[in-house]
Amino acid sequence: MAAKGATSSGGAKDGTSDSSSSSKKNSKKPKYSRFTQQELPACKPILTPGWVITTFIVVGIIFIPIGFASLFASEWVVEIVDRYDEDCVPHNYTYNKLAYIQNSETNKTCMKRLIVPKQMKSPVYIYYQLDNFYQNHRRYVKSRSDKQLRSRASERDTSSCKPEAVRGNNYPIVPCGLIAWSLFNDTYGFSVKNKALEVSKKNIAWKSDREHKFGSDVYPKNFQSGGLIGGAKLNASIPLSEQEDLIVWMRTAALPTFRKLYGKIETDLEANDEITVVIQNNYNIYSFGGKKSLVLSTTSWIGGKNDFLGVAYLTVGGLCLFLAISFIFLYVIMPRPLGDPSYLSWNRGQVNIWSKTVRHSFVLMKEIIFGKKAGNHMLAS
Amino acid sequence: MGTVQLWPLITPVNPASTWGPLIFIFFVSATKEAWDDYNRYISDKKANEKEVWVVRQGIRKLVRAQNIQVGNILWIQENDELPCDLVLLGTSDPQGVCYIETAALDGETDLKTRIIPPVCMGIDYELLHKIKGVIECPGPDRDIRRFDANLRLFPPFLDNDLCPLTIKNTILQSCYLRNTEWACGVAVYTGNETKLGMCRGIPKPKLTAVDAVIDKLTGAIFVFQIVVVIVLGIAGNVWKDTEARRQWYVHYPMEGPWFELLVIPLRFELLCSIMIPISIKVSLDLVKSLYAKFIDWDYKMIDQETGTPSHAANTAISEDLGQVEYILTDKTGTLTENKMIFRRCCINGIFYGSESGDALKDVELVDAVSSGSADVVRFLTVMAICNTVIPMKSKTGDILYKAQSQDEDALVRAAAQLHLVFFNKNANILEITFHASTIQYEVLETLEFTSDRKKMSVIVKDCQNGRIHLFSKGADEAILPDAYSGQKTRVFVEAVEQYTQLGLRTLCLACRELNEDEYREWSFLFKEASSNLVDREWRIAEVCQMLEHDLEILGVTAIEDRLQDGVPETIETLRKAGINFWMLTGDKQNTAIQIALSCNFISPDPKGQLLSIDGKTEAEVHRSLERVLLTMRITTTEPKDVAFVIDGWALEIALKYYRNAFTELAILTRTAICCRVTPSQKAQLVELLKSCEYRTLAIGDGGNDVRMIQQADIGVGISGREGLQAARAADYSIGKFRFLKRLILVHGRYSYNRTAFLSQYSFYKSLLLCFIQIFFSFISGVSGTSLFNSFSLMAYNVFYTSIPVLVSVLDKDLSEETVMQHPQILFYCQAGRLLNPSTFAGWFGRSLFHAIVVFVISINAYAYEKSEMEEVSMVALSGCIWLQAFVVTWETNSFTILQHIAIWGNLAAFYIINLILSALPSSGMHTIMFRLCRQPSYWTTVFLMVAAGMGPILALKYFRYTYRPSKINILQQAERMGGPILSIASIEPQPRSLEKDVSSLSITQPKNRNPVYEPLLSDSPNTRRSLGSGKPFDLFQSQSRLSPSYSSNCKDN
Repeated sequence: MAAKGATSSGGAKDGTSDSSSSSKKNSKKPKYSRFTQQELPACKPILTPGWVITTFIVVGIIFIPIGFASLFASEWVVEIVDRYDEDCVPHNYTYNKLAYIQNSETNKTCMKRLIVPKQMKSPVYIYYQLDNFYQNHRRYVKSRSDKQLRSRASERDTSSCKPEAVRGNNYPIVPCGLIAWSLFNDTYGFSVKNKALEVSKKNIAWKSDREHKFGSDVYPKNFQSGGLIGGAKLNASIPLSEQEDLIVWMRTAALPTFRKLYGKIETDLEANDEITVVIQNNYNIYSFGGKKSLVLSTTSWIGGKNDFLGVAYLTVGGLCLFLAISFIFLYVIMPRPLGDPSYLSWNRGQVNIWSKTVRHSFVLMKEIIFGKKAGNHMLAS
Repeated sequence: MGTVQLWPLITPVNPASTWGPLIFIFFVSATKEAWDDYNRYISDKKANEKEVWVVRQGIRKLVRAQNIQVGNILWIQENDELPCDLVLLGTSDPQGVCYIETAALDGETDLKTRIIPPVCMGIDYELLHKIKGVIECPGPDRDIRRFDANLRLFPPFLDNDLCPLTIKNTILQSCYLRNTEWACGVAVYTGNETKLGMCRGIPKPKLTAVDAVIDKLTGAIFVFQIVVVIVLGIAGNVWKDTEARRQWYVHYPMEGPWFELLVIPLRFELLCSIMIPISIKVSLDLVKSLYAKFIDWDYKMIDQETGTPSHAANTAISEDLGQVEYILTDKTGTLTENKMIFRRCCINGIFYGSESGDALKDVELVDAVSSGSADVVRFLTVMAICNTVIPMKSKTGDILYKAQSQDEDALVRAAAQLHLVFFNKNANILEITFHASTIQYEVLETLEFTSDRKKMSVIVKDCQNGRIHLFSKGADEAILPDAYSGQKTRVFVEAVEQYTQLGLRTLCLACRELNEDEYREWSFLFKEASSNLVDREWRIAEVCQMLEHDLEILGVTAIEDRLQDGVPETIETLRKAGINFWMLTGDKQNTAIQIALSCNFISPDPKGQLLSIDGKTEAEVHRSLERVLLTMRITTTEPKDVAFVIDGWALEIALKYYRNAFTELAILTRTAICCRVTPSQKAQLVELLKSCEYRTLAIGDGGNDVRMIQQADIGVGISGREGLQAARAADYSIGKFRFLKRLILVHGRYSYNRTAFLSQYSFYKSLLLCFIQIFFSFISGVSGTSLFNSFSLMAYNVFYTSIPVLVSVLDKDLSEETVMQHPQILFYCQAGRLLNPSTFAGWFGRSLFHAIVVFVISINAYAYEKSEMEEVSMVALSGCIWLQAFVVTWETNSFTILQHIAIWGNLAAFYIINLILSALPSSGMHTIMFRLCRQPSYWTTVFLMVAAGMGPILALKYFRYTYRPSKINILQQAERMGGPILSIASIEPQPRSLEKDVSSLSITQPKNRNPVYEPLLSDSPNTRRSLGSGKPFDLFQSQSRLSPSYSSNCKDN
């Protein structure tokens, strides 16, 4: 090595360095790892017809049964929807519903009869449905104070509650804010064959809300005591954590049409039973053209009656199968070798006439495909 | 934006959702900047704290370099680097000469002599400490070849006239003192005001083409955002007045504040502010520095000879590497190794080294040397002593040669290897040994080389017999006409021709014996001419010519300036990739053309055609330019490789008076050779190409390339033999020219692809969320409610979506080998096919489609009793997260383990984070995620979104991939199926060896010495010759050119 070093110093003069001189400077070299050399082992899948067609078939095969299952579940749910906002206004007020609802003197009681179409197994859920009611309006949705609801100590934490924050100058409203203020105040009484149905109002709100969001030491204060009355009043001797109607109401809905749980009927309802509902029609939806409905519904694994998921699953599954089949069809009539170098444009001189005819037939096919694709988009929207 | 958000009236979400990411982004960028600054500070400090000897009050002291002041006297030791510009006062040499290496300054590696001003001659060492005087000099400028100043010394020193100073009396900053024990001088310029410092200029921050596109897209999105805000703002106000006032529960006051009309638009502005992803800046910064790191780390770009790794000094412009359209390259040291090697010679009509390609190994020559053939010995003697080389004994006993010219160095060394060793030069006595006998020559005169004379001579006296010889060497056109009348020079002409065809640099050696009287007579004339003040150079040349006649031509030497390894292949590959090459060199036209030929730069006739632009006057240049332009326009339709060659003088005129014509020419041509150009002309050419909106890359190795490197969009420096100056000024430094291929095709291409994906993806994900918010506003009374809570909005950009996309820096669409085999694929990057408004429109459409899918499915599946705000929000967010994970998967071409971890781990992390948040009673989404995960309908909804969102995209992608594949797709398929790629590889022209190629060339055109063909002449069939093994010429960019006329062209030949 020493002898070699000597010659290499002479050689370095000529500029011809050899391995010994390069090995000396190895310290400058960066560390070697597969990451630094971008040589991590990688799997490089490509879209072979086999893969793509299989994927579509598998998705189709999985989705269609799920679609049917959801659809059946949704069908299995028995639901009675009864809109009462129109019917519950006396005829003399038909053209002045607002006056009717705002007049505290008028009789708000209203009787409705509902026929049970199919047997409804208990529990039967009672919902009220409001339409065109924007619980998600920004002004509304923000107007609450979670801190105040949670603990008595934060009673004065009402800054976010405007315009329903304080009564007078210095008396905080508990619960404050527009949401609580506008609490729904229609009530329903049910009876079947002149026998009152017991409506359970317990456990209609989320357990977590009762336990964590609404304090058991927070009592309503100064609520609905101002000049402008919004919705329901609250019993000031019951802590918020037990005011379940309020808790349900305070879970704001994301859509302008929503249902909120009113209570549960713990007995089965038989088919063709006639239910008499006594409605106290107090809540004002007339001023903005809203709707009120009473909903009785059973439930299934998928929730209430909602065909959307089932139909969507069936459509997507069907489309996947359709795509798979048309890709198979395409593949059969127009097999196309992957990675054919003759399609590289810089070798295009070599593309022969045969492949040009294929290319032509392809343009025709493309139109078919694109037509289908457009349909696909329409489904999604 | 953030400030507006602090106003609670209008803010739709918690301010933290904007401020959080913003602070994070500032933090990341600030850290990066701070790190860069720190590194710069360290290197500055190093340079400033170097200690030098400075005279202070007559005493020499060690002073830090930063404390040197103008007027200080500095002492420099051998091999020291100059800290500032000096005017020499004294050196260790009694003649007042010192040698410096200016590699860092002008890129020339040979030693240059510098001499002290005549007035300082003879001042002794001690007095130099006390010397006092005045130097009048101009203010600092950037011309490193001029220094016009005056020196006047004060008593007790000579106090006569002003002594003129020139650049010969100075040593400039960053030169090295060599072969001189010490030198001292006065600092004239210091710090950044040195000639070098002025040259350096301030590098402008470079913006890549990709950045520009991203900026434009950002602008477009901003406009879109404003439109959305205005439309929604108006809609919101209308809805408020028509609907919301009737909705008693919203409790709108009848009289609002004056700014009420603005509140809703501003709210929407805040909601839509996520449309422009602020995280894109951070993501891009991060991935860009990773690209740079990949370059630094690349083992395949380490110069094995010196162990120097490549380095990316500018971390921000890697994508541009993939979009290069023009490469402007220096020749010497960049394409060639700048290492001259004696290859062949022709002595008295006998060719040596023709078979083996190395005369030193030619048995015939070795035999002739050992038998002491008189011709050969004389030839070797001229090789050894007709030069200005200084031999030095090293410690180990080897003889080192210090030569101003690399050619002379090569000749002397070759002679030494043929046993004629020039081993000592003592004043005027030269000593050489030949077969153990020492011969001494006394140098009587040296007739120096000038570029006009193109030759140099020495007059020596043989100390043994007292005979006087004139030894000359020089270019063939300078020497051959001076042969004595009887000599047949034909064989030498042929030799020169043959060697030139091989790309070798030739020199003719000649000698003549002078008689005493002739010499004495001439010597008188020469001295007179030398002391002449007017036209001295011209007079000397005239006098020299009086002696240099009737020469006996001894032979021709051929020196090879070897091309660096892999240069022809690199150039061929890059040219195939559609990159145009310009060679800018300070060298002679012929040499430049030869090198250009040998490294595939230009093709020999008939495939290629080289047009020359020359002329000394405006008119001549104009005529020439017009003619070339005409030819160029005609030949654009032909598959011909037309190049032009222009010299510095013509270029000056062309750029000054005919800029438009020249610009047009520059656009038309793919190849150009510019010879004899100055550093500033190089920079001008870069500027010209840049002004035509081309992405330019300048590559060079010497200080003379620095301006070009800094001017170009991308500057690449070769950290080679000419010092590190170019490498320091450059954005990238590489060890060898051939790494350029990898730098562009691998690193540049991947960087571009990755950035293209990453930036568009960033927009996609932001738009996705934003569209959902916009749709939601239509069902929330256009009041600007945010569907998503503050935390989700913040985390969406910063955590949920940024990590998977960051690992796209590991994505490789094609393997490196495939790219190397099909460099044409670079076209996709050059043309910006992967990031442009139309690809962006695709992403925009995709995000719109996905937003519709997510929104429609979530509000329908979670309707009625399930339409709880937090739940719907979480369902929609889950849909977005799932879709984006699948989009990244779909767009990833190669999955490493890291990608899997990032994509699926991120999805898991989304659930973990949200489950944790759901466990916190104080958070808004308390228990939401637990409830959702227990509901079968949540999972069915999410899978429905994925299938509905990705199905059409997969179908479309598959259809395109199989039936409308891009070139990239085809290569991907070919690569991954194995098989066919090999067949393409075999079509590829094999890398040719220089020798083979050139020899075939020299056979087909032995007579055609000058490869500059007159453009119009060469169109006539006579001058066209078939190359025999005509390879199809690949021009990717010019698909249109590959017309049927091509084949007919071939047949004609």
